[in-house]
Amino acid sequence: MLADLWHLLGRIGSCFTHRRLDQDFTEELDSHVTMLTDENVRAGMSAEEARRQALIRIGGRTALQSEHRATRGLPLVETALQDLRFGVRQLWAHPGFATAAIGVLAVGIAANVAIFGFVDAALIRPLPFEQPSRLVTAFSTRPDRAPGQSRNLISYLNFLEWRTRSRAFKSIAAFDVRPGLVLRTPQGAERVTGLRVTSDFFATLGVRPVLGREFRPDEEGPAAPATVMLAYDAWQTRFAGRADVLGQVLTIQGQPHVIIGVLPKDFYFPLADHADFWATIRGPQPCWESRGCRSLQAVGRLADGMSIEMARTVQDGLLRQLRLQYGDKNPETAALAPLTDEVFGDVQPILFALFGGVVLLLLIASVNVVSLLLARSDGRIREMAVRNAIGASSSRLVRQFAVESTILVGASTVLGLLLAHWAMQSLTGLLNADMVSRMPYLQGVGLNGRLFAWTAALAMVAIGLFTLAPMGRLAVARSVDALKESSRGSAGLSWQRIGRALIVGELAIATVLLVSAGLLAKSAYRLLNVNTGFNAEHLIVTAVGLGPARETPGTLALQVAERLRPLPGVEAVAYADLAPVGEGLAPTSGFQLPGRVSGDVVEDHPVRRVSASYFATLQATLLAGRFLTEDDVTSARGVVIINQTAARRYFPDEDPVGKPIVIGMPPARQIVGVVADIKDGPLETPPTPAAYVPFDQVGFSLLVRTSRNDAAVIPALNTTIREVRPNALIQPAMTMTERINRQPSATLKRASAWLISGFAVTALILSVMGLYGVMAYSVGQRSREIGVRMALGAARSSVYRLIVGESAWLVGAGTVVGSAGAILSAKLLSRLLFATQPWDVPTLVTSALTLIVCALIATFVPAHRAMTVNPLQALRAE
Amino acid sequence: MAGRSDILQGTLDLMVLKTLDAMGPMHGFGLARRIEQMSDEAVLVNQGTIYLCLVRLVQRRWIKPTWGTSENKRKAKYYSITRAGRKQLAAETENWQRISGVIGRVLLLGGRR
Repeated sequence: MLADLWHLLGRIGSCFTHRRLDQDFTEELDSHVTMLTDENVRAGMSAEEARRQALIRIGGRTALQSEHRATRGLPLVETALQDLRFGVRQLWAHPGFATAAIGVLAVGIAANVAIFGFVDAALIRPLPFEQPSRLVTAFSTRPDRAPGQSRNLISYLNFLEWRTRSRAFKSIAAFDVRPGLVLRTPQGAERVTGLRVTSDFFATLGVRPVLGREFRPDEEGPAAPATVMLAYDAWQTRFAGRADVLGQVLTIQGQPHVIIGVLPKDFYFPLADHADFWATIRGPQPCWESRGCRSLQAVGRLADGMSIEMARTVQDGLLRQLRLQYGDKNPETAALAPLTDEVFGDVQPILFALFGGVVLLLLIASVNVVSLLLARSDGRIREMAVRNAIGASSSRLVRQFAVESTILVGASTVLGLLLAHWAMQSLTGLLNADMVSRMPYLQGVGLNGRLFAWTAALAMVAIGLFTLAPMGRLAVARSVDALKESSRGSAGLSWQRIGRALIVGELAIATVLLVSAGLLAKSAYRLLNVNTGFNAEHLIVTAVGLGPARETPGTLALQVAERLRPLPGVEAVAYADLAPVGEGLAPTSGFQLPGRVSGDVVEDHPVRRVSASYFATLQATLLAGRFLTEDDVTSARGVVIINQTAARRYFPDEDPVGKPIVIGMPPARQIVGVVADIKDGPLETPPTPAAYVPFDQVGFSLLVRTSRNDAAVIPALNTTIREVRPNALIQPAMTMTERINRQPSATLKRASAWLISGFAVTALILSVMGLYGVMAYSVGQRSREIGVRMALGAARSSVYRLIVGESAWLVGAGTVVGSAGAILSAKLLSRLLFATQPWDVPTLVTSALTLIVCALIATFVPAHRAMTVNPLQALRAE
Repeated sequence: MAGRSDILQGTLDLMVLKTLDAMGPMHGFGLARRIEQMSDEAVLVNQGTIYLCLVRLVQRRWIKPTWGTSENKRKAKYYSITRAGRKQLAAETENWQRISGVIGRVLLLGGRR
């Protein structure tokens, strides 16, 4: 066995040391002949006869040597190596071609693999749960709204009913959407990331702790003992990964919690921000005792054999029963969505668009390499013919092409993988911490088995393509004509026809990418410049929270605001429960108009609790009535300001000022003013009715309007708040412009616009390079024709027109085909567009013009060369 | 070449190993001479064949070559048997004896009829 292995290794090794081995063998044979000659001489032969006899005795030397080579090495490998060496030499001899082809292909592969890395992380790799396809999120919705418009959270009391009564789920759990917990550390109170969940949360997801145990059913509810589980990261960083962490006691929300377990390293929960601490819903909290306080989101595992449609029907039935039981007037239906859709729904269209983009880019890159290969194979027809004539078999010639494209693709793939690795790192680096926390699955982006498999598949296809493309030329090479010196014509023409078709295709693809990039960039621009209803310049935002202390609502905010107002650089200070352009869920309340026919119908809309200075600080526009006054806020008067959309919906034909409206609980409030719509939520959401009532909270978001350098005010801001309340929890302050820019939808739109633009520019460069190649080749081929034309009296300008006309035809065809394709592909993009139509004419025209201008520049050089053809030289070359 | 039977190749391998085992390090010429003498010049038609056999055995690491000088002051490559070679020789010898015994008995059986 071992000997066989050595034998094989020896044979493989000999492929690389054949020259020395050959020499060795010859030397040994020589030595044998000498000794035999010596012996023959001793036996009495003449020197000459002795040597002759010796040579006969040893046998045919050439046959021995060739047999020696066959015994010693692996003939198949050796020819392959020969082809390889020849191929490398060929590429080495044409460095321009090799660099262009490998570079173009490497960029194409790198872009493709890098984006595939994100597709893999988001769409292929399963969520870190057991059978994630059976997991759903469960909401209730209002049937009078469009799906997705309203998704109601559920109250803890209702969740308990769902859990005991619903047959739709094998198990169902929920988490409190209000994140963050306060941990007491030796340094003082610290706001930490944390979530409160029901006891069966991890069992429902199918996640088992790496250390300790999960929550037990009796650890949930009003009288339950306080326990906490740690995320793996928190265990590592805060407790140095020690096993004796179990049983330790942490003070969370002012209460001692026992650590009972540690979650696995790869666990993340994609519906909420990253949480270090996981506690149960327990203890007395008013919200958990009210059926009207909806703060939970439910995640369920479908019962065996239950489809999602069936589960929805079952849930609907349960909701109806509950409504009857508790006398709820609002109609609600069940909404279930697969967890994977919920998690990846937003990024899916972006990833598809990007993936489409890189596939097109790779296509262009491949077309460029194919046309390079074709142009080169034209020049190699004679080489092929000669090799064929001196006995190379066709299969050997095909193998030569295969080996050459393997070298080409192999080098590009290695380079491409390196580039892709770097690209993935820098792309994930570009995402800010918020984004990574929101898309935890992106942390795992990087080279893995699936990426290597995908790369290998791409490489295989490319090798096949690049082997087949020049093989058509072989048929020509077989003909005797190819050997003749002056053979031209048919081969050149057929290549030109293919080359032109390829160029039209390339230009069309470039147009599609340019238009897509234009549309996305326009969407991103429109989104970032959407009318927010306030002045975002020179506005600083932060949030101040407190530990679980008893506090009179509103006093802290008032104190802080009064201390901040006189600071230098501060123009105005306002506070509210939440700052505008927020993400995620904001508190809503039912709007009800007393004394109306439709008075029974209650619709939920966002309600903000704001200070008197809120609208003035934001520089919002008052449309009717008045803003809030300090007196309204301090005396918590029953007044409300509604926005324009609310005014239009509820008071279409009358002046809303002075009318009563019930917001949440009666009694009715009096409408004192109407304000132009303010973007309270994410930028891309359409305007909804909203109401603003006097501030009555403990914690608050702070808005500071500054007159000068924003950054200079921020430290003073923090010191002042600390002076008022040393143990306050202050969120890092940022400017409003920064807050808008960091919105997830803005970040995603901007990132995808940048990426697609990058692809589009690359595609433009590649296709224009391709066009240049074809035109230059065409001018070279036609130089005799041009010479004849000029000799017969054609003006230089008409020659110029000839070449430019040919190029214009190609560019025109490419632009027309591309524009049609762009409109079709923009329809696919429509989910990503914001305030931009897929057939946006300015974008189409700009893209087409960009392409045409670049293409004409590329045509200029060959056209100029054609114009300067010397007729005498061109004719003499005949 | 493929035409030559594996038995003959195996036989030559075995003879080379046995010779080197019995006589110590030798060069190709000496080996060829020795084998010719032992087999009444029946095995090696072309003396060059021995070198193909030697390459094979070296690649299997049953023998190991070193360049040296012959008794007539000629440069020559000397071969000596390795430990793996001795093991192979023992195994092959046993194998050979068993097969030749079986063949002998079969042939005797045919002769009696």
